[in-house]
Amino acid sequence: MWRVGKVVALYDETATARTITLDVSDWPGHVAGQHVDVRLTASDGYSAVRSYSIASAANSERRIQLTVERLPDGEVSPYLTQEIAVGDRLELRGPIGGWFVWRSQQTEPIQLVAGGSGIVPLMAMIRSRAMAGSTAPFRLLYSVREPEVAFYREELQALSDHDGSVNLTYAYTRAAPRNWPRPPSRIDAPLIANTTWPSNLVPTCYVCGPTSFVESVTGFLSSSGNSPDKIRTERFGPTGDRK
Amino acid sequence: MSSHTYDYLDGNAAAGELSSLFTMDVTAARGQCAHCGAINRFAEAHLYMQGPGLVARCSVCQHVLLRLVNARERVFLDLTGMACLILDT
Repeated sequence: MWRVGKVVALYDETATARTITLDVSDWPGHVAGQHVDVRLTASDGYSAVRSYSIASAANSERRIQLTVERLPDGEVSPYLTQEIAVGDRLELRGPIGGWFVWRSQQTEPIQLVAGGSGIVPLMAMIRSRAMAGSTAPFRLLYSVREPEVAFYREELQALSDHDGSVNLTYAYTRAAPRNWPRPPSRIDAPLIANTTWPSNLVPTCYVCGPTSFVESVTGFLSSSGNSPDKIRTERFGPTGDRK
Repeated sequence: MSSHTYDYLDGNAAAGELSSLFTMDVTAARGQCAHCGAINRFAEAHLYMQGPGLVARCSVCQHVLLRLVNARERVFLDLTGMACLILDT
């Protein structure tokens, strides 16, 4: 079933990523971690569908936010990040997916691991936690190329500073801030061991990022003792396009 | 592992397509592989979307669980690879 969302605000998170706020009059509410399919149809009838994670907290409002990363050869993301304007309408299907989700009834420790724009559904979980007043202990390990391309940096910092409700670790893969303790490199076994929840606390782990990132991170999490059935994953392809 | 083993997504990514056919969320359901008998969440299956349709494979033995092809006004759904689908109601 396709719904219509009206664009009510646009915000550039980075030079290549934009958050789109949509007003969806018949939105049934969503759970943190879910996504929507967006369908664009050209005047000749050609249509393209792409999946985007919802960034905003689970709530009963009819407004949702999507953060879209522009892909150089993308068919849909250049339009969503460059051409779309407030007042435009988008066709949406969703909310979709009942597995890669966090619900505020969950009280166990939560380990989030994001690669690049894989932060988006995890941010929905972090925001939902705050909105629900949950005290579930959260840790986020966020891998980004360089500081400038991190999404939601100030909001994450504020949440981390505020009674340490979300413990935050950045892993920079190409360029790190001056005096950063770890040279730029990918997430590896020692970083997982040193910054994620000890496996004896039995955290639920959510890993989202490019397929190769998810493969390596789930391997490290398993090696440090996390049971595969406590690790939930969401992969996106090399182009970021799910379809 | 070589890079060609990384060309799949999670079963999660089929949720939109499947929502047009099923009233319940199939990706959160558990499915039993007809080949190896493993029971896993459909969301954890390996999903291939590069072809003209969707192919979901068992994350344990890689046998095909589901094929879904949209062809104009028809949808072809092949579930012979799934012995049983267990939905939480």
